[in-house]
Amino acid sequence: MTAGNLFLQQLINGLTIGSVYALIALGYTMVYGIIQLINFAHGEIFMVGAYLGLVVILLMGAVVPGSGTAGRFLLTILVAAAGCSLLGLAVERIAYRPLRQAPKLSVLITAIGVSFFLQNVVMLSFGAQDRYVPALLPVVHWGRGGVTFTPMQAMIFGVSFLLMVGLQVGIYRTSFGRAMRATAQDPLAARLMGISVDRVIAATFCIGSALAGVGGVLFGMHYSTINFHDGYLTGLKAFTAAVLGGIGNIPGAMLGGLILGLLEALGAGYLSTQWKNVVAFAVLVLVLLLRPRGLLGERVAERA
Amino acid sequence: MKGLLRSRWSLAMTGFLLLLPLIDPNPYHMEIFATAALYALLALGLNIIVGFAGLLHLGYAAFFAIGAYTYGLLNLRAGCPFWLGLPISALSAGIAGVLLGLPAVRVRGDYLAIVTLGFGEIVRIMVTNLESWTGGPNGLLGIAHPAIGAFHFGVDSKPYYWLLFVLVEMTAWISARLRRSRIGLAWVALREDELAARCLGIDAARLKWLALGLGGGVAGLAGCVFAAKQGTITPDSFDFILSVMVLAMVILGGLGSVRGAILGACVLSIAPELLRGFSTYRMLLFGALMILLMRIRPQGLLGLEAIRRELKVHAAA
Repeated sequence: MTAGNLFLQQLINGLTIGSVYALIALGYTMVYGIIQLINFAHGEIFMVGAYLGLVVILLMGAVVPGSGTAGRFLLTILVAAAGCSLLGLAVERIAYRPLRQAPKLSVLITAIGVSFFLQNVVMLSFGAQDRYVPALLPVVHWGRGGVTFTPMQAMIFGVSFLLMVGLQVGIYRTSFGRAMRATAQDPLAARLMGISVDRVIAATFCIGSALAGVGGVLFGMHYSTINFHDGYLTGLKAFTAAVLGGIGNIPGAMLGGLILGLLEALGAGYLSTQWKNVVAFAVLVLVLLLRPRGLLGERVAERA
Repeated sequence: MKGLLRSRWSLAMTGFLLLLPLIDPNPYHMEIFATAALYALLALGLNIIVGFAGLLHLGYAAFFAIGAYTYGLLNLRAGCPFWLGLPISALSAGIAGVLLGLPAVRVRGDYLAIVTLGFGEIVRIMVTNLESWTGGPNGLLGIAHPAIGAFHFGVDSKPYYWLLFVLVEMTAWISARLRRSRIGLAWVALREDELAARCLGIDAARLKWLALGLGGGVAGLAGCVFAAKQGTITPDSFDFILSVMVLAMVILGGLGSVRGAILGACVLSIAPELLRGFSTYRMLLFGALMILLMRIRPQGLLGLEAIRRELKVHAAA
């Protein structure tokens, strides 16, 4: 494989996993933008999404073998998104809403509590070992000169791209989006304008969790194994991506996700896979020091 | 009168904890108590950083790791005895804290949280990958246990408990003094309103370095004792979950409260053991318990006490 081809291959791999990071990062950034809370349980919601996807794939395999690929794929994603948005709603209601007036760090503890809880629910129901995710799409490799591209990767790109465009439209072109932006700017003023702030916050969790759920399904299909521990590191990286792009900034989260995926893939390709996480975090620390607002961020976080 | 009662009460508590190994010599319980004491030491150190100075630190386990590996390497490579390794470990972790502070003073709030988190991950991954030095994922084996004269600590938990007890008492005492000192007051000012504090001539960067250095040093002590107690250390012992757990202890106890940090450490390290009867559902219940506790007392178990005390100090000063 030539140097150019190696680079191209890492580019493709990086953008693939990067778009998954971007989907998860959106949930972090939306919640942060609206209530300045780092939702540390978000990674676990992503992980639950991956397992929901697994369940749907296994059920479909048993009930309707041999039906259309596109339909199955769509169904898997829809179920995971719906399940995760309900879960996100429940988490907000149980662990975050009662503490909205409390010191910010207390919410960190409830978020950790939620993480432990969800991890253990999944571990007890599915076991601690890696679970194999059957391939939904045909496993073929397109490409030439050693550079390959799979239908799965195409699907990951396509779905993430559509969701991000949809989100962007939803936020900037609908009245609900306007209510959300208003709440992010000033919750009190938004309330005075007749916006139900509680409902907007709940909906934000809902949307963010649905995106994470889809991210989970795509992640499972990409790596073809999932584990109940996956939420932690992937969540951490997606969070990194959100900060990299400028936390609270929605296009920033997408950009941050893609860049992080790329950096990781290039690190894995040119250094070694062991060091790829160091590359990701080192770049993160550097960006924060040189440009503390992140790449696209306008707001500067003053306090924890 | 109230102060007298309180000091009597805490004296009784101290005495009880000192004699605990004689009251309850069950080796399984002793191991849990020793672990709780280790966590208490870590929580006290992190309390200086997060509780006093208000720097949200998500990579505290890295200091613990640096302390543990410092003693481990010194002992295995140079035969360094434990009692010499203890101050060196504290010093090296403290220096790491100040080094982290060099970039960290430039960022605030949530961004600081990420920088420290990145620092924690980088240290852990480096320890895992620098195999020729640290033994990689297999870690360091055969680190010497401490000894006083002819008495060897061995694998019994009791002497470690007492050693940690002394270290915890020392750190708690110094913490309480620090909080009432000019430095402690400056930390509170910095935590509550950095801009106002700077306007009053407080050297923010230097105070943050100090907090990180001291907090790091305490974790270094804990790391050294941990390495000596276990005899084996692997990178797994210093992951993000540990940083988060120690932070949870500090927050649960009440940010800035010295006794709260100790209490939080005891609750969160003993609760999973008490829940052992539920076997596999243990960690699930533990998670639910954390949510419940914070919903009942969002300011932490002893958080109000810390705030009241600070106000009193302000009024007196």
